[in-house]
Amino acid sequence: MNAVRVSWLFFKLGVLNELQYRVNFFVSLLQAAIALVTGLVVLALVYSHTQELNGWSQSELLCVLGIQILMGGVIRTSIQPNMTRLIEDVHDGKLDYALTKPEDAQMLVSVREVRIWQIVDVFSGLVVLAVGLSRISTSVGPEDAAAFVVALLLGAVLIYCFWLFIATVAFWVVNMWHAVELFDGVFQTGRWPVGIYPPWLRVGVTFLVPIAFAVTVPAEALTSRLDWQTLLLAFVFAVVLFAATRWFWRFGLRRYSGASA
Amino acid sequence: MTTVVPEVAHEGEAGRFRSMVDLYVTTARTAVSQQFQYRTANYFYMLGMIAEPVIYLVVWTTIADQQGGSVNGLSAGYFAAYYIVWTLVRNMNIVFGAPFWEHRIREGELNRDLLRPVLPLHYDIAYFAGWKVVVIVLWIPLAIALSFLFDPSLSPNVQQVVAFGIAIWGAYLIRTMFQEALGMLCFWTTRGAAIFDLWMTLELLLSGRLVPLPLMPDWVQEISRFLPFQWAFYFPIETLVGDYSNVELVRGLLVQLLWILIGLAIFRVAWRYAIRRYSAVGG
Repeated sequence: MNAVRVSWLFFKLGVLNELQYRVNFFVSLLQAAIALVTGLVVLALVYSHTQELNGWSQSELLCVLGIQILMGGVIRTSIQPNMTRLIEDVHDGKLDYALTKPEDAQMLVSVREVRIWQIVDVFSGLVVLAVGLSRISTSVGPEDAAAFVVALLLGAVLIYCFWLFIATVAFWVVNMWHAVELFDGVFQTGRWPVGIYPPWLRVGVTFLVPIAFAVTVPAEALTSRLDWQTLLLAFVFAVVLFAATRWFWRFGLRRYSGASA
Repeated sequence: MTTVVPEVAHEGEAGRFRSMVDLYVTTARTAVSQQFQYRTANYFYMLGMIAEPVIYLVVWTTIADQQGGSVNGLSAGYFAAYYIVWTLVRNMNIVFGAPFWEHRIREGELNRDLLRPVLPLHYDIAYFAGWKVVVIVLWIPLAIALSFLFDPSLSPNVQQVVAFGIAIWGAYLIRTMFQEALGMLCFWTTRGAAIFDLWMTLELLLSGRLVPLPLMPDWVQEISRFLPFQWAFYFPIETLVGDYSNVELVRGLLVQLLWILIGLAIFRVAWRYAIRRYSAVGG
């Protein structure tokens, strides 16, 4: 319970801090608009040359795009800023400030930063998703909606674990600056259903970088493609990865010796 | 000083040229050795960039396969070749970008640059050109790996290879000129980023970075004919991947030259006004 209270406090503090910089809202808005327009142009281009892509119609891919933008917003609001700060702190030897506090260190390093303006992407993703859904003929039942929410949450947990894993590597490899660019590049694969990729890449963006679980699986839930085995797999994978990441984090932490901050 | 002997003036001109060449060579060499030290970081950066063309490639190959092998007459093998060569041309398009001007002005680096007897533009061209040499060397193994994975159909003749070798540097210079010119906005505003983002979006759509231009609607192709973007992206790729005749190759290279000169002219005019507005802060 204490963890929740601390997280909430950090969240409020971060939001207040960010609200000082109002122009950033417009910057986020412009970037979201650009990303959205580009995404829509690509979809229009693809579907001007074909009726369906690997069994997915244009409206269905609009849902995928919406979920990818939404998830990207969640990542950039909370997961990515915390993890890049962790990498920086390890590099500068400033992690001591988090470790000396009487709370769980993993929890602390995961909630310290909030980039609230990036939440624009969450809303723009939701709008795209809504438009996409309104154009799909099959209706979304309550089970589909529930499966969607569960899949989305599991996806967010998996992405968080992946990022924490990468950030923990910073205990050994100090130079992890390019992790963000690398992730952003790979995350773009989520724009398309994972089935179109060749097998080696499909495995990569499913289990190595869990983008398929974060975007395709929720989209499958909404378009009535999801079977319960996949959802179960996502759940088991999330639990296993969370445990493994926590172990790896503690293992890495033992290597941390500070740098006389 | 008004009675300069013509011979001396002539020799001075030649000496000026020699020292300029020297400046370029030395700066480029420094860049090569500096950037080679950071080869791992450079590699990660290049790897991150691979995702974008691989996604486009997979999408269009899927569509081509669904339609019995080709989209608009472009085969799966063509797409593979296009997007693999894309990765090199994309790297050649990384230059001293407009956003760096903001940094240069804010941090007072420009004060130091202005004390030098030549334009900062010369340093930028030479330094990034040297960096490109490292990038090209690092690119070769990536291209080989991608070729094994995606099976491109590529059979250029000698003229095409030569033209490609020139065209990638043409692309580099076109983008350099326009980015430097755009960077001049930083002398007037600190919010250039919005304009730079919009410019990048136009580039993405009209240059051939997103898709080979023939897949674009006709009116988009018509517009992009009169803009510099495709000459820095689509044209260099097509010199190697497409089936241009010798005349078309030469004509294309000349159009590149034209755009370089237009970009340079815009930069020179903008620079003249910009530098008058500049007042140093710190440094």
